[in-house]
Amino acid sequence: MELNENIAGNPPFPGIIHETPGGGIVVSTFDSVINWARSNSLWPLSFATSCCGIEMMSTASAKYDFSRFGFEVARASPRQADVIIIAGTIVNKMAPVLKRLYDQMADPKYVIAMGACAISGGPFFYNTYSVVKGADHIIPVDVYIPGCPPRPEALLHSLISLQEKIKMGMTRDQIRENFKGQ
Amino acid sequence: MYNQTDIIKDTTDLGPDGELVVNMGPQHPATHGVLHLVVTLNGETIKKIEPHLGYIHRSIEKMCESLTYRQFIYVTSRMDYLSSHINNTACALLVEKGMQIEVPERAKVVRTILNELTRIASHELWIGAMAMDLGAFTPFFYAFREREMITDIMEDTCGARLTMNYIVPGGLMYDIHPDFQTKVKAFIKQFKEKVTEYEDLVTGNVIFQSRTKGVGVLTAKDAISYGCTGPVARASGVSCDIRKIAPYDAYDRVQFDEIIETAGDSFARYIVRVKEMNQSIRIIEQLIDNIPEGDFVGKTKNVLKLNKGEFYQRVETARGELGVYIVSEGATTPYRIKFRSPGFSNLSVLDHIAKGSKIGDLMATMGTLDLVIPDIDR
Amino acid sequence: MTNEAIKEYITAHAPEATYDETGEWLNIVVEANQLKPLANVLYGQPMQLDFLFCLTCVDYKTQLTMVYHLTASTNRNMNIVIKVNLDRSNPVIETVLTIWRTAEFHEREVFEMFGVQFTNHPDLRKLILEDDFKGWPLRKDFEDPINMIKL
Repeated sequence: MELNENIAGNPPFPGIIHETPGGGIVVSTFDSVINWARSNSLWPLSFATSCCGIEMMSTASAKYDFSRFGFEVARASPRQADVIIIAGTIVNKMAPVLKRLYDQMADPKYVIAMGACAISGGPFFYNTYSVVKGADHIIPVDVYIPGCPPRPEALLHSLISLQEKIKMGMTRDQIRENFKGQ
Repeated sequence: MYNQTDIIKDTTDLGPDGELVVNMGPQHPATHGVLHLVVTLNGETIKKIEPHLGYIHRSIEKMCESLTYRQFIYVTSRMDYLSSHINNTACALLVEKGMQIEVPERAKVVRTILNELTRIASHELWIGAMAMDLGAFTPFFYAFREREMITDIMEDTCGARLTMNYIVPGGLMYDIHPDFQTKVKAFIKQFKEKVTEYEDLVTGNVIFQSRTKGVGVLTAKDAISYGCTGPVARASGVSCDIRKIAPYDAYDRVQFDEIIETAGDSFARYIVRVKEMNQSIRIIEQLIDNIPEGDFVGKTKNVLKLNKGEFYQRVETARGELGVYIVSEGATTPYRIKFRSPGFSNLSVLDHIAKGSKIGDLMATMGTLDLVIPDIDR
Repeated sequence: MTNEAIKEYITAHAPEATYDETGEWLNIVVEANQLKPLANVLYGQPMQLDFLFCLTCVDYKTQLTMVYHLTASTNRNMNIVIKVNLDRSNPVIETVLTIWRTAEFHEREVFEMFGVQFTNHPDLRKLILEDDFKGWPLRKDFEDPINMIKL
């Protein structure tokens, strides 16, 4: 995958270790250490509107555990959460609520659009008068997961991709420049 | 569209008697979906609850007026997504009734087995979520352990874990997986051993009992007047199981009991659902060994057209009675379709039964009503 | 009770009702002002139809038709459908909330989707749509070029 190559081998630990007698010295940059710490402890906001919420709950339970990746505590309040997983359809009445939740989250914050409904309106695209055709009409989205509903493994893959994106440390425009044409 | 000032107007506001108006939801860990309750409190006692719906209104009834009779079934899977097979069965039965399509025996028996597995999966998730609302986190993981076994079976046979569009007018979309019978039997064996765990952990728990006994009492007369169906009405003594009143598929040849309790409180609603899971296992045991051989789908035309007229079909989902009402003008798409959802009527009784209780009791009451909000908003 | 007995009983109380037995259940068509007295009669003895399980409206392009599905909780095999034809430009009908409490939410939904006014309803306002939604969505002449993308 392209993301992996750009992180110079995707090192599990950010920094170069020099072995010296009496211990080791780690040389790194602040940015990479902070990005590494941030990506390994993202706390999701429990926001599930419809069917994809059940697959999110399945991912949280014992078979496909997502707390092994650091998403241990699902906070109920947006002020304590880092990532919002939009699982379900967004309709016109819910859109201001979603915007308000996103505004209440503290920076840096990330958004995952889970399921066909959050990407583009999904099965409710044609002939509906009340569905927002994609959550990215309301808030900027970082990772899209297709599926109706996506499997728990797909959600785990997207969480890992989000972690790699954070470790890369690039801003939105830099990512757009870097991956242009792919 | 909403504007910002409308939202701010509804937040905490002291009413004329010093009452506090508090918003629960739409984003709340215990409402199981996007339900907005405006609760008027006097201290901790509830004076009035007003549900605001529509945060997941996907205009399904209008959308179905432009979908054909084979296409609209996939949308009903997403309405009450925890009993998706049962919703699909309702639509398939309606089209079969309207067009006089013969369903082979094999399809009827497999449909019944899948319906009962769906009912068990829905009640499992309900136990997990309700116990989590009351503060107990362990039953959630135990419930999902059983639910994962069921979704595994569904994935082999139907292809999807949650919204399976496997039941079509005429029968099934494809034949069952060769491992279906062995896996279902293994599930039954495990379920029977583990159901005693729920009894020990939750039913016999002193804290759970004192939080749910005597809370949210619903009398039988009110249950009928408010249109409640399903476990909510059966816990108040009303006999309303559609599988006994108007049996469909293979329900007329299996033996099972209709669980009725008379107390009408939250604990009774809990007991009804746990016992219903045992009855579902009983139904599956009677059918799993004798799945008849034969076709899995009856003969249907490629393009389905219902005759001019009106049709109504009811089924018993995990939440109550789902009714599908189609008015057809003889075209390939329905002229008007109405889904009578069980949650809509069950929610209307919340204000009546929660008045006068404390806000902690509201969690137990709402949890035992088992609301799935997309079913209410459609 | 058989269909014949029901028809006789109802004709005794509401002489102008017409019947239609082509569907699955007995359909009774009455005028808007006769609905409430007929509902009271059906709720009491001997029919005791105390369970209203579906309340909806259908838009035939020349008129709106309210449809009520009733049954008795003690005898679920007796099902009756009452239909009331309303004028499209001014649909007004009395509420049946005082007889069957389930009508409260159902009538609010019919009001916001079709525009039918229910007299004597204590709280008739929008339930599912936004408060400032314009138009009656489930009517056949509803157009929303911004939101509805037609296939």
